[in-house]
Amino acid sequence: MKRLFPILSAITAALLAYALYQALVVAPADAQQGEVYRIIYYHVPSGWMFMLLFSINFVASIQYLVSTKPSRQAAAKWTVIGVGVVGTIVTFLPQVQVQLKSAGMRPSAIATTVLAIPVFYFLVGKLFPGENLDVLAVTTAEVGVVFCTIVLVTGPIWARPVWGIWWAPGDIRLTSTLVLWLIYVSYLMLRRFSNSAQMQVLAAALAVFGALDVPLVYFSIWFFRTQHPQPIIGGGGSIDPRMLHVMMLNGAAFLCFGFLVCWQRFRLELLHRETEAAHAMDSLVGSGVAAKASLPLNRSPQ
Amino acid sequence: MKSLWSVTLATLVKDIRLEWRSKDALNSMLFFSLLVVVIFSFSFDPLAEESRHIVGGLVWVGFLFASVTALNQTWARELRNQVLDAYRVSPAPANALFLAKALGNFIFVAVLEALMTPLFVIFYNVRVLGPAWQLLPIAILGTWALVVNGTFFAAMSLRTRSREIMLPLLLFPISIPAVIAMVAGTTSILTGEESAHFYLVLLLTYDVVFTTACLALFRMILYAE
Repeated sequence: MKRLFPILSAITAALLAYALYQALVVAPADAQQGEVYRIIYYHVPSGWMFMLLFSINFVASIQYLVSTKPSRQAAAKWTVIGVGVVGTIVTFLPQVQVQLKSAGMRPSAIATTVLAIPVFYFLVGKLFPGENLDVLAVTTAEVGVVFCTIVLVTGPIWARPVWGIWWAPGDIRLTSTLVLWLIYVSYLMLRRFSNSAQMQVLAAALAVFGALDVPLVYFSIWFFRTQHPQPIIGGGGSIDPRMLHVMMLNGAAFLCFGFLVCWQRFRLELLHRETEAAHAMDSLVGSGVAAKASLPLNRSPQ
Repeated sequence: MKSLWSVTLATLVKDIRLEWRSKDALNSMLFFSLLVVVIFSFSFDPLAEESRHIVGGLVWVGFLFASVTALNQTWARELRNQVLDAYRVSPAPANALFLAKALGNFIFVAVLEALMTPLFVIFYNVRVLGPAWQLLPIAILGTWALVVNGTFFAAMSLRTRSREIMLPLLLFPISIPAVIAMVAGTTSILTGEESAHFYLVLLLTYDVVFTTACLALFRMILYAE
């Protein structure tokens, strides 16, 4: 484990450098936008990353909330399985297929996504038992906010030369991303303002509220016109295969980078909690033996 | 079920009686929103036609800010003499307490709105061009949307340092869809340019979703240790 981190860092650095070279030099210029469009190779992978991280946060928060009681756990388990099964069946109904196709979405992509929800849910529960769920939630929220910030910064930089405006007020995608960012910043504020043990339940509840809020934000601006293009993968947009190749490369590089950062943050949070527990124990015992014995300084990283 | 309603009613009556005698929340809210009206009227000097487009936003932003002052006092009152701890060890259902608090706040904010709306009408010279009766369901649903989440997050921010600051920080991001619906709905009624049905449905959905979520999660918040 100890050696894995430098190796992985080196691979990530090489991948990021290669992806940057591909994005800036190798990828062809856009027919309409010229060179400006190259910011897409940062904008879109960051967007994928924050969506992935916030969904992990949501799943971890739900798992944490239900983990207190076996009956709740069972209820959540069957709900998730039900959502997966019913959702997959619904996407194969002929009426729904027509609707999806007219909205520019591929039914098979939707079905795969829906089927992935229970798999994702159980994977998170299996890999991160007990208190680790909360550590995972704080890790993904922090790193997710960073990626979301990148999206919100690169978006206007790109929009200015292409749309002529920095920000399109009332746009569905822009507004829902901004609200998501606001919700997760308030989530981190809540965690910062309270460091008692109750805070973990409060934060998990807030994450659930935030996840409920996002679809409502999306519908609340349904009537406004949208500036932002359709998603290029699984959506109605189209892209040159050479550009798609570079995009996937950048996506992979960002995924590695995000994983690396999350891994370190996760470890740091675990160590932080262990130190706190040791200090608390120490002040209870009053000698200083407990803290020294369990201070995790000489331990190998997890 | 019977005990839920009796406990709710008892707590609600207690809260209203307390408020009636002290008038802490109402006075602070009223004066606060009066200040908002006056400051807004200095900042903008709109013609009648313009004011129709902006007054929906002004009214609801004013009420949103004012309701935070009342929501902050909701639970702080129960901290004195360890009332909340006593409640936690009593066999009364947690949701009864939540419902009573939310209903109490709803009544306070509704009183505030009833008193302040005429002032907005006077200061901004508003005449409604659309179906005016639809403002009533928008006000009821919108107030409940603010109050139900506000009560929940006030209980949440009770556990944090500097809880008065924490409440708006938690409440405002979650309230954005409700605020959009209230403001856009009110504007469409005032200008009479489009139907407000979409926003009514949206507010109703918001209320149902978040009332359910609050009732499902409040027990955990109250007993979180």
